Amino acid sequence: MTARRDTLSSLAWRVGLALGGTGLLLLLGLPLAALALRVRPTELITRLADPFVLDALRLSLLTSLGATVLVTLVGLPVAYLLATRAFPGKRWLEVLVDLPMVLPPTVSGLALLLALGRSGWAGRSLDAFGISLPFTTAAVVLAQAFMAAPFFVATVRAGFSSIDPRLIEAAVALRASEAYLFRRVVLPLALPSLLAGVVLAWARALGEFGATITFAGNLPGVTQTMPLAVYIAMQSDLEAAIVLSVLLLLGSGALLYALRSALPLFQPGAGAGWFFGPSRRRS
Amino acid sequence: MRDPSATLLALALALSGGPATGATGAKGSAQASTTRATEPLTVFAAASLSDVFQEMALHLGSTSETPTIRFNLAGSQQLATQLEHGAKADVFASADQRWMDVAIEKGRIDGAPRTFVHNRLAVIVPASNPAKLQTLANLARPGIKLILAADSVPIGRYSQVLLANLSQRLECGPDFGAKTLANVVSREDNVKAIVSKVALAEADAGIVYGSDITPTNRDRLRSLEIPADANVLASYPIAVVQGSDQLEQARAFCDFVCSPAGQAIFARHGFTPIANAATPAAN
Repeated sequence: MTARRDTLSSLAWRVGLALGGTGLLLLLGLPLAALALRVRPTELITRLADPFVLDALRLSLLTSLGATVLVTLVGLPVAYLLATRAFPGKRWLEVLVDLPMVLPPTVSGLALLLALGRSGWAGRSLDAFGISLPFTTAAVVLAQAFMAAPFFVATVRAGFSSIDPRLIEAAVALRASEAYLFRRVVLPLALPSLLAGVVLAWARALGEFGATITFAGNLPGVTQTMPLAVYIAMQSDLEAAIVLSVLLLLGSGALLYALRSALPLFQPGAGAGWFFGPSRRRS
Repeated sequence: MRDPSATLLALALALSGGPATGATGAKGSAQASTTRATEPLTVFAAASLSDVFQEMALHLGSTSETPTIRFNLAGSQQLATQLEHGAKADVFASADQRWMDVAIEKGRIDGAPRTFVHNRLAVIVPASNPAKLQTLANLARPGIKLILAADSVPIGRYSQVLLANLSQRLECGPDFGAKTLANVVSREDNVKAIVSKVALAEADAGIVYGSDITPTNRDRLRSLEIPADANVLASYPIAVVQGSDQLEQARAFCDFVCSPAGQAIFARHGFTPIANAATPAAN
């Protein structure tokens, strides 16, 4: 009797898993497949020569790489501090870093405009030096960095946190300075999550739309990145929009696939944070 | 003094452009007059009609047995594309003939459209006038930040006609159009996004409709005078959408906007009523 009930509940469990899995597969896979299958490969290649597409592609690569570098430079110290220190206001800092992830991008763009626009808080001072950010390529980079930062910080912080504390203790016992410890122990061990953070930030920057169009506007060759070009094309030339979308889809997919394939090549020390779920801590 | 947070919210909505600006309905207010349980009437309307149509919905709701009116407000090019792809609507009001023609061509229009109102263009500058623009000829001065709409947006196309007209004039000079276009810093996807960015003083000037200067933004904007013979007369066509299951109500709405009462509301909002249009339409 009990055995039978067990079999039944195990069956229900499997059916539940399969149904849930199929549901999500359809939800995510169906639209993306519909998009990808709308374009012939030859058309994709001919469209690549279109200056409208080319400009957007070039600008997207340039700005998203710029944003990734910026986020890495300013995000790494924050991720390290959050992972290793307790300090007053830490929770507030955590909330601040999380916010761009949950705010509608348009709201982020408006906030950027009110702060860094030429009549904004900080923008007014910049304006005195003849620097005006809105409608420039630099504004695109800032908007992308704003939106991508949380992904970098969360991933890298989790990587730092999952380092076996005994390794740190050992280094400290050997009187390693913190800078040495960071460079020779923490960073190498957290390399997979650093890489994951960089790629996630890059992918997020590549897809940024709302904050960009609000803060940086939309001008081909200057601020019109791929997502903006898709949006503008969608309003009159749907075929061009589809081609651009497929390019973005393939690019982002390749980026994430490369990341997943490359990570196991790095030593399996600290896991890549929440990107890969809880890491297997060796005990 | 208005609530500043409400202003910010309105700006955020306008800046987000596109579908986010839409779907602001005049629900409830129009429902009280009747007990008939009817489907709401869905009106797809050009972004420039936002304020005036909301007022008409209130007016209709208080005087007749019209059902609740629900608006989808966006650039006409977006609405036409949505209709093309099967969006369900009862009425389509476009800011130019081009997108009405697209809707007709795609078989989404029931009967013949009629021109229901006109609009003039206005060159707006922030109240603070950071670039100290005094005349239209100043728009060609290097370094001016001018915002236009994308060419697919009706106001974008009308703006091109205006710049071409002005290039014919002695005080502007033949290279006025080219020099002014070189000053464009962004191509927005609907006219309200231009208004918001100029009202925030992030751009030096923008080309919009005369009706876009409203009581809400009047103290943030100034306008440069356009000689009447160089100005463009925008024509708005309206039609019932194919497949509407509320033909009678949809026709009643179209009749109302063309009626003397409707035209009076347009005149109050800075539009040019159909009877008063003196110069020929530019398409």
